[in-house]
Amino acid sequence: MEIKIVRQIMEWNEKCDDEIQKLLNEKGIFMINVMGSPGGGKTSFIIKLIEKLRDKYRVGVIEADIAGKLDAVTIGLMGIPVVQLNTEGACHIEAMSIKKILPEFNLDTLDILIIENIGNLVCPAEFEIGEHLKIALLSIPEGDDKVEKYPLMFTKADALILSKYDLKEYFNFDERRVEARGKEVNPNLQIFNANSITGGGIDNFVHWLEREMDRRKVKAKEE
Amino acid sequence: MHELSITESIIKICSEEALKNNLKKVEEIRLKVGELSGVVSESIQYYFDIISKDTILKGAKINIEKISMEIQCKDCNHICSTNRINFCCPNCGSFNIKVISGNEFYIDSIKGE
Repeated sequence: MEIKIVRQIMEWNEKCDDEIQKLLNEKGIFMINVMGSPGGGKTSFIIKLIEKLRDKYRVGVIEADIAGKLDAVTIGLMGIPVVQLNTEGACHIEAMSIKKILPEFNLDTLDILIIENIGNLVCPAEFEIGEHLKIALLSIPEGDDKVEKYPLMFTKADALILSKYDLKEYFNFDERRVEARGKEVNPNLQIFNANSITGGGIDNFVHWLEREMDRRKVKAKEE
Repeated sequence: MHELSITESIIKICSEEALKNNLKKVEEIRLKVGELSGVVSESIQYYFDIISKDTILKGAKINIEKISMEIQCKDCNHICSTNRINFCCPNCGSFNIKVISGNEFYIDSIKGE
């Protein structure tokens, strides 16, 4: 006897993703999921981003790593609420991990929550975690062929940050190739560059982020 | 790595459905997996055999139907299948594309007694 089921295998994650979005929207919190390879400069970018945002917004951070508390300590020293999420070996975070960790924050005192995902250009892209925006980071030394090699990450991302942009002159990095391939897999992909030492380029990203926040707030009211 | 949590989910859903339909034994589980889903199909049976041992799903064969990616141009309505992510219409060159299949990842049916 064959029985038709038709149930999404990821239904557990999808349900959880919806619950998180609902909670964040009620609390007026905008959540950003920052993804990219290990060593791509995610933490440095987030630190510079916090510096740009903190006068205007109350920012919190979830630092996800396989092990250790290094990044959470760094962010904590800035006086920003931060929680370390250790996956103990898992290559990505799932919506359930975020749901469990949200009560660690006072959600009434946050405007923006930044998640630093596990350093990995593959698996994090497959999981919705209740975020409003997915940001992919690609550092110049990683090479200009990554969109072709790891297309899903760039298909899912709302924005791509070319980090360590100040190293461009030392690497044979064809920015036009990344842009062309990026637009092929994701016509709406917004591309920015960033130098996380000087903060160069990050203002452009912040302007775009603020427009996205406004746009989605308006959208939420219409719904 | 995450094929393990995916397999756990398959076992949970199929066990629920088998119970609901009074099945005593499940012989086959049919999945539909789109090319864009990023799942390593081969790992699923391996994990399944290990973690389904103490369930009524024990010994079931996982049958995976792969679904190729199809895109449709929103400007000229041209539909084509493609083997790579490419959001440019081969007919008119527009980037105004939607994916009509390839993202699937679901349990289609189970077979048993």
